[in-house]
Amino acid sequence: MTSSQLLGISTIGYLLASALYIATLIFKTEKTGVTASLVTLLTFLAQTAGIGLRWYESYQMGHGHAPLSNMYESLVFFSWSIVIFYLILELKFNNRLIGAFAIPFAFISMAYASFGKGINQEIAPLIPALQSNWLIAHVITCFIGYAAFAVACGLGFMYLLKNSATEKADTGLISTLPALPVIDDIIHKTMIFGFLWLSAGIITGAIWANSAWGTYWSWDPKETWSLITWFIYAGTLHARFTRGWQGKRIAWLAIIGFLSVVFTYFGVNFLLSGLHSYGSN
Amino acid sequence: MSNPKNNIWSFFASVKLALFVLFLLATASIIGTVIPQNSPPEIYIKQYGANMARLFQILDISDMYNSWWFTSLLILLALNLTVCTIERLPNVWRLVVLDNLETETDRLAKMRPSRQIITAASPEAAAVKVRASLAEKGWKAKEKALADGLLLFAQKGPWTRLGVYVVHSSILIIFAGAMIGSYFGHKGSVMIPETRGTDTVYAFGTQEPIKLGFTVLCKRFTLSHYANGAPKEFRSDLAILEDGKEVRTKSIVVNDPLSYKGYTFYQSSYQSYEKFLITLTNNQTKATENFLVEPGKEVKWQGENISFGIINREMTETPMKFKYKIWFKDATGTAEPFWIADGDSTAVTRPGAEYSFALKEFFATGLQVTKDPGVWSVYIGCIVMLIGLMVAFFLSHQRIWVYITREEDGTSVLVSGNTNKNKPSFEKNFNAVSQGIDEKLKTLS
Ligand code: HEM
Repeated sequence: MTSSQLLGISTIGYLLASALYIATLIFKTEKTGVTASLVTLLTFLAQTAGIGLRWYESYQMGHGHAPLSNMYESLVFFSWSIVIFYLILELKFNNRLIGAFAIPFAFISMAYASFGKGINQEIAPLIPALQSNWLIAHVITCFIGYAAFAVACGLGFMYLLKNSATEKADTGLISTLPALPVIDDIIHKTMIFGFLWLSAGIITGAIWANSAWGTYWSWDPKETWSLITWFIYAGTLHARFTRGWQGKRIAWLAIIGFLSVVFTYFGVNFLLSGLHSYGSN
Repeated sequence: MSNPKNNIWSFFASVKLALFVLFLLATASIIGTVIPQNSPPEIYIKQYGANMARLFQILDISDMYNSWWFTSLLILLALNLTVCTIERLPNVWRLVVLDNLETETDRLAKMRPSRQIITAASPEAAAVKVRASLAEKGWKAKEKALADGLLLFAQKGPWTRLGVYVVHSSILIIFAGAMIGSYFGHKGSVMIPETRGTDTVYAFGTQEPIKLGFTVLCKRFTLSHYANGAPKEFRSDLAILEDGKEVRTKSIVVNDPLSYKGYTFYQSSYQSYEKFLITLTNNQTKATENFLVEPGKEVKWQGENISFGIINREMTETPMKFKYKIWFKDATGTAEPFWIADGDSTAVTRPGAEYSFALKEFFATGLQVTKDPGVWSVYIGCIVMLIGLMVAFFLSHQRIWVYITREEDGTSVLVSGNTNKNKPSFEKNFNAVSQGIDEKLKTLS
């Protein structure tokens, strides 16, 4: 078994799990729900093994490094973070239906990693600028934050779906979804969690930049976009905390915030140029 | 509306302004990621037309993150933050140090959560049990005798109310650091050929010379590659000289700079010259000399009566590494030509003498040089921010009152609580306490 086989299996596993979660949402069958959770858990284990094996393989190739160094590896880690974050949510709130809004993100991330144009899956040695423990801290903190924001975005969709169905007095599809205030509360908590990690991600990135280039902040497009994202979430927290924004507005902000995350992550690589070109290979 | 001073003050204290400024900063920041920064003026004219380029110039778009208006936005944020804090902190501080035993007792029954327990035991006996259960659950209680009964109070984390302000001040600490850096710091770069030193570096942008007050010497630069040809390491062996004397040495790589007297030297680039640095040493006399050699040219060491040259090169088994064929002659005649790999040293034995011969490709190392006396403030601000965020998000100020009064048919024990956030987790704590009190009181009757 090689790491790329395991990660290939993970892609299929998350596709299957997504389908099962969505089926559970639509058909409200307990059995598919349990199967979905089981498939997710097993896939998660396979993916974890895949990441571990990739790490090991890099050592066998003689230039060992944590598998967090390029676009492919970061997408795999992103997907992994979404799933572990989701599994904890599922356990904590004892609700499987969130899976229909979270696991598809994990699948899309893996699918894009596997089939996306211009994504190099090879285990490449680290160029000098990337040889830093701060890089590892930077990638891990950022992607835990991004994963939380992805889930918050999924929850935002869930809120809007339930909300519009409630307005139309449609009790079919959505009766099993958590109550609106509950979703609202989970969105808020998830965003807070993400904000903390994003802050840590920006800070570790700044420390890394300072140790590599002597400037902790150089307004390069990726840095700037991560700051824009940070401003959006900071604004959202204040709107909620001090001006009492709730419900639909916060759900929309969770979606907008995540769009900014996605742009920080991909858009900057493909549309703008800068220091972080490492992500583009 | 009556007092203009208050109007300005409340404008700067408002969270609405904060939301607006955050929105403006987010939107304005986009501009600089779309329009290239710090390009020469012609580029803007070519790409956007003369009129737009003029507008860009007025608005400093080519260096917008340092422009007056962007800086003003940041100052506005700082001002907003400061005024907001001055406005709110006194109230929050009052809550932190508040004597909650002064709480009016009729408010207690209205609190959520609250729970009343009636027991047949005497108030004094009940108080003993209440104290014991609070202590058992980790709540340190104070108490006060009131006209109609006894009030106990315990709290956790009153100081956590300051978490938000810790976060807010961290932003000011970071700003202060950034300001110190931009007023008292320098950023520049310099290319130092191997074996040479410099006491001057050149500022970014303006290229103005910056005197270091000491000399930095590049003893050696080495470039190594992975098997696939990708660069693996750029390494410069640097030394700091004060009055010609070596006071510090360090071998720097990307991500591991050298700091001296406030200046930090970062490995950032290199330049190659198609020349070679050859060090020849006479092992008997210890005479030694460096030569800068071009391939195919004969070089003479007058003092030792030696001439030599590089006559060929070949790739070694290690990809990206060359070996060089050397022709060598001294007073006793011409030696067999020999091969030496880049960076190696070899012994050349002649009838009358032995030499050591070291060869490496000649480079100049490109260093980025910064002096940033504000960076510590920035780092402290960052740490303070993370701590503050954790306090603000995950800790709360939890308060529990227990009011014991004598009723006609026994004693009433009213347990009330309140938290400033995270209700569900507080309710768990509260229930544990009230449950504990209930159980202990049951043992009395
Ligand atoms: C980017 C800058 C800022 C950051 C990172 C930040 C961070 C925070 C955080 C983490 C909270 C706690 C929210 C919660 O508990 O859910 C908070 C609350 C608050 N912030 Fe900010 N803030 C920023 C700027 C501002 C500004 C400019 C103002 C000026 C009016 C402001 C006013 C407030 C107020 C009034 C609260 C509520 C405090 C309370 O509990 O009474 N913030 N802020």
